[in-house]
Amino acid sequence: MQARRLVVPVVLLPLLVVVPWLSVDLPFVLPGALDSPGSLQLLALCLVFAGVALSYDLLFGFTGLLSFGHALYFALGVYVPAIALTEWEWSLPAALALLAGVAIVVPLVLGSVSLRVTGIAFAMVTLAFAQAGNVIVQTNPGGLTGGDEGIGLNVDPLPDFLVGVVNTKNLYWLALGYAVAVFLIARAAIGSSAGHVWRAIRENERRVEVIGLRPYPYKLLAFVLASFLAAWGGFLWLLLIGVTPEVTTATFTLTLLVMVVLGGAGARFGALAGGFVYTLLDYRLRNLAGEERIQELPDVLRVPLSEPLFLLGALFVAIVFFAPGGISSFPARLRSLVHRRAAKESAS
Amino acid sequence: MEATISTFVLLTITGLGLGAMYFLVASGLSLIYGLMGVLNFAHGAFITFGAYVAWWITDQIGGSFEVRLLVGGACGLAFGAALGALVELVFIRPLYRRPVEQVLVTVGLALALGALVYGIWGADAKFFPIPDWTLDTTTILGANIPNDRFVEIGVAAVVLVGLIALLRFTRIGLVIRAGVENRAMVTALGIDVRKTFTLVFAIGGSLAALAGVLSGVYYGNVDPVRGTSLLIYAFIVVVIGGFGSIGGSAVAAVAVGLVQQYANFYVADWLDWSGAGDVSVMLLLASVLLLRPEGLAPKVAH
Repeated sequence: MQARRLVVPVVLLPLLVVVPWLSVDLPFVLPGALDSPGSLQLLALCLVFAGVALSYDLLFGFTGLLSFGHALYFALGVYVPAIALTEWEWSLPAALALLAGVAIVVPLVLGSVSLRVTGIAFAMVTLAFAQAGNVIVQTNPGGLTGGDEGIGLNVDPLPDFLVGVVNTKNLYWLALGYAVAVFLIARAAIGSSAGHVWRAIRENERRVEVIGLRPYPYKLLAFVLASFLAAWGGFLWLLLIGVTPEVTTATFTLTLLVMVVLGGAGARFGALAGGFVYTLLDYRLRNLAGEERIQELPDVLRVPLSEPLFLLGALFVAIVFFAPGGISSFPARLRSLVHRRAAKESAS
Repeated sequence: MEATISTFVLLTITGLGLGAMYFLVASGLSLIYGLMGVLNFAHGAFITFGAYVAWWITDQIGGSFEVRLLVGGACGLAFGAALGALVELVFIRPLYRRPVEQVLVTVGLALALGALVYGIWGADAKFFPIPDWTLDTTTILGANIPNDRFVEIGVAAVVLVGLIALLRFTRIGLVIRAGVENRAMVTALGIDVRKTFTLVFAIGGSLAALAGVLSGVYYGNVDPVRGTSLLIYAFIVVVIGGFGSIGGSAVAAVAVGLVQQYANFYVADWLDWSGAGDVSVMLLLASVLLLRPEGLAPKVAH
């Protein structure tokens, strides 16, 4: 048991750190060698979504709050620094300080309103607020958000090591740092006394009240923390991809939900793995759609196979039906399979 | 002064037209949620598929615009009903008593079916065949109202009356009303509620498809995101109107449609910002929930 616990810090983490120096080809998985900018950018995105998925899992998996508005807080991290740097020509530290403030105040205000209702009504209010964010971005008030086109980020205030294709490896390490930071913060939060109350709320909110605790401030804490963490993922997206209005859509929140369930809700490594695998699959399936052997198939097969979201949606349904614990339940499933087979053999 | 009144009348009737579509989507959602506790995210796919199937049929057949639209619309409705029943039988039924999984499955279906629409028909909008008379205007109190608004309002009114009659005067309606109030008790009395579940999904699917077809007449086209954009407002209508209440949905749909239209004109003009109408609706939802967390109507189908 002790040995297994060390696998991640001793083996996986150093491996992830040295990736930008490895010139290894992973055909079929990555677009080029591990150290090529294309691969590093994709892996960085995978790490960003590993972190964002874990932030969403704090709400959904650990506290039992089904929010349909998490994209809004991710989008804050994309748009607030982009507007501050480009429209107002602020310095990077000033823009990040603004993001830190906004990423606490906005979820605090909207969370305190939406948490007055529970269950499906909560899901709907968060959806409505996120949709309002989407409308604001799309309608481009005062020419700030750029509407459909987004914003061409002004890179002058950024330090040199974050700009340009040759520096993709720095962004990769930044993304790795983000995923690790989210993981450590989430672990500390879940282990804290507030974290215990979160899980109690997930299991039975009424009972928490009967014991004499008010669930409301604990839920608000989870909401603000999760949103704050997601906003920094948005900032990394801004550096890696740029400003695109798609990050404000309801579909984007739904994909976060898919990531968490794919990995296994309420399991820290599950959410990380879910975010990582989903992003990789999404990329891979997009490329698959363009391949000749897919294009030559009859329409009945070609059309669904060319739509990554169709395949991911179908995979998601399959996971819910056949493997409710997601990726994080695979080791246990495998073990029980091996055990059963061993038991059968020793019996015969 | 006259211009002010005519603008107001135009906004009101357009708002009612929008509200009519919201009601068609929301009534199905509301019945499904009230009876089964399933928030059906796949409802948006019912809208989009219904509209596309209707468009596709009108494209295949000849005849006058009216005939093509009626035949296409009927096929769209039938397809929506079949899709609804299929989703219930294949995906929802095996997950009874697992409400979170049921919602997740409808989310997965919404993503998958939404992507399928892109795959089959592409991202570009398809133009609906619209009879000329729907584009003509009728003058009421100085306002020139496009005639299609009356079609939408009329259809929704007929559906409202029909649904209320179904719930009040038929045995199926009695089972649905009883099921919304207490599902366990209905089952205990020896009534197979599951058949009703499939039926409610089929009704919801066909009403959603109807809303999709009407939106095709209203906007003159159908695009792949039609379902998602209507669905979000329908969700808001359901929450404001109270889950399981047809009457509540109707009142809330009208309120949402009107607020959206008025704010779109008056507030947007004043703020010089075109998003005002949509954001007002979100604010309406937030304020209703803060004042009456259970929605306008309590959870009883009537």
